[in-house]
Amino acid sequence: MIAYGLAQYLVSFLIVAGIYALLCLALNIQWGFGGLFNAGIAGFFAVGAYASAIVTAPVMPGRYSGLGLPVPAGLLLAALLAGAIGWAVARICIRLKSDYLAMASIGIAEILRLFIVNEQWLTNGSLGIANIPRPFGAWITGDASAWVFALTVWAIVAACWVVCNRLYDSPWGRAMRAIRDNEDAARAVGKNVEAFRLQTYVIGCALMGVAGALSAHYFRFLSPAATDTVLVTFLVWVMLIVGGSGNNRGAVLGALLIWGIWSVTEIATARLPADWTARSSYIRMFLVGLLLQLVLQRYRGGLAPEKSPPLRISKPATGAPE
Amino acid sequence: MSAFITLYLIPALALGAIYAMGAVGISMIFGILRFSHFAHGDVMTLGAYGALSAVWAFGLHPLAALPFGIALAVAAALLADRAFYRPLRKLPTIYAVIASFGVALMLRSAMQLVWGPQNQQFVDGVAAPLVLFGWLRLSLLHLEAMMISVSCAVALHFFLTRSRTGRSMRAVADDPDLASMAGLEPERVIRWTWIIGAALAATAGVLAGMDTQVHGNLGWNLLLAMFASALLGGIGKPMGAVAGGFIIGLAEELSTYPWLSAEPLVSPSYKSGVAFAIMVAVLIIRPQGIMKGSLL
Repeated sequence: MIAYGLAQYLVSFLIVAGIYALLCLALNIQWGFGGLFNAGIAGFFAVGAYASAIVTAPVMPGRYSGLGLPVPAGLLLAALLAGAIGWAVARICIRLKSDYLAMASIGIAEILRLFIVNEQWLTNGSLGIANIPRPFGAWITGDASAWVFALTVWAIVAACWVVCNRLYDSPWGRAMRAIRDNEDAARAVGKNVEAFRLQTYVIGCALMGVAGALSAHYFRFLSPAATDTVLVTFLVWVMLIVGGSGNNRGAVLGALLIWGIWSVTEIATARLPADWTARSSYIRMFLVGLLLQLVLQRYRGGLAPEKSPPLRISKPATGAPE
Repeated sequence: MSAFITLYLIPALALGAIYAMGAVGISMIFGILRFSHFAHGDVMTLGAYGALSAVWAFGLHPLAALPFGIALAVAAALLADRAFYRPLRKLPTIYAVIASFGVALMLRSAMQLVWGPQNQQFVDGVAAPLVLFGWLRLSLLHLEAMMISVSCAVALHFFLTRSRTGRSMRAVADDPDLASMAGLEPERVIRWTWIIGAALAATAGVLAGMDTQVHGNLGWNLLLAMFASALLGGIGKPMGAVAGGFIIGLAEELSTYPWLSAEPLVSPSYKSGVAFAIMVAVLIIRPQGIMKGSLL
């Protein structure tokens, strides 16, 4: 019985940690590679979640529904829509200092939240969307479905991980880091700073949309409460900074570690009287904020600091290939 | 006409007064410390809670309890600066922005721990409106908010243009290197920036809490509009922020007036979208704002 409970906990932990790992990888592309500040992660997450939920959920009277597309189509739409909104935001303020992007991204997250709460014909408002399908849902049901879902999530994380590592160690990634570290020098050697930044922002936002879609498919129910600023935006920032911004391994490590601490303390405090459970959640939030400050001041590199890939200078044609 | 003034114009100016006082702090912190302070809304909420506790403890009128709220907010801001912002001063300012996110989270969770998650009221019941000329009904609170805000703005203007401390603040905002070469102490200027910013934020928080209710997200929910006000006014220009606050407040409330048909022009549930739309327009057309503030 205990083993069963533990297995249930483990699978749900893996799924949520995987979704957070995706969000951290996405934020790492924006902040770690490009130095772009995104304070509206929850907004892009929500766009992805709703886009995928709406096109895949079964018919429900009273709102736009019944497309019943397969889950991969939902994920694709989530990426496209979140990326498109990210493009629009970035287009407006990419040439300005990062603070402006932070303010605009917090604004877009707020507008998206208003849209989701108010446009009931599309999102069913605060009542939310139910019966969102899981991938492979037609073939696998019951407890196995959660394990299959965990595998799906981590397969996507692995794919993104490979892509992010390739991006980091590519001419594109080098140019991006050059822009982050010295914008003027990068411009002087002819890099189109605005275009690179725009691409970075859009890729990150699209990935955040996919993470949102996955969370909707996991919980099978989606309401505006699922895209809470504290749980999405704040926590992801803490994860990336603690893990190590600029390092993909750090991003995944931070997601696993912080979500581990968060969920284990949640279980530990759930046994306390109801009054204290609520209190301990505030204490936990406070401590997470303090941890962020500590890392910012003392261990700015995080657990896995950024390590630039070695230089591989190709020899002239006469030299032997390495 | 009377309905327009009672239900739209006066509440709009009161809302603008609240935004103005919040935006002044954001704009000054921007101007002197060069970073956008995301915890400003939560400093505002703390001010409201400080005054609320004084109302409970001593049975004061909410406005008489204002000094308690101001004291608490100023203390929190100075402590946050000492503990979390000052160690990051030499780094790129974006680190301070991240730190301010952490401070916002810490302040909010501490407030929810102390005062609980539920909504709380300064005064129970509805205050009787003031009736002028027998037809014009005005909310006393809204008039108080406007008067407080305008007098704060006038006082701040004289402080910045006449006093030694105020003038050195403007000097640091204009050119920090030149100011420190001229022998001005940057840390002293920074301390005064936090004191003024937090005091005004606390005042705005108390007024906002009196107008509606006090809850943990009170200030956070106003943050977007205050950023829009500071941007519209021109970063680092306190008087610009005041103007920006009133413009945003007017735009938000008046956009819900049925100008064209019987329906509101903009649905009231999208009111905070108006502030965002103005912010986007400012960023596209004139990022330096109406008062030609510094472009970060």
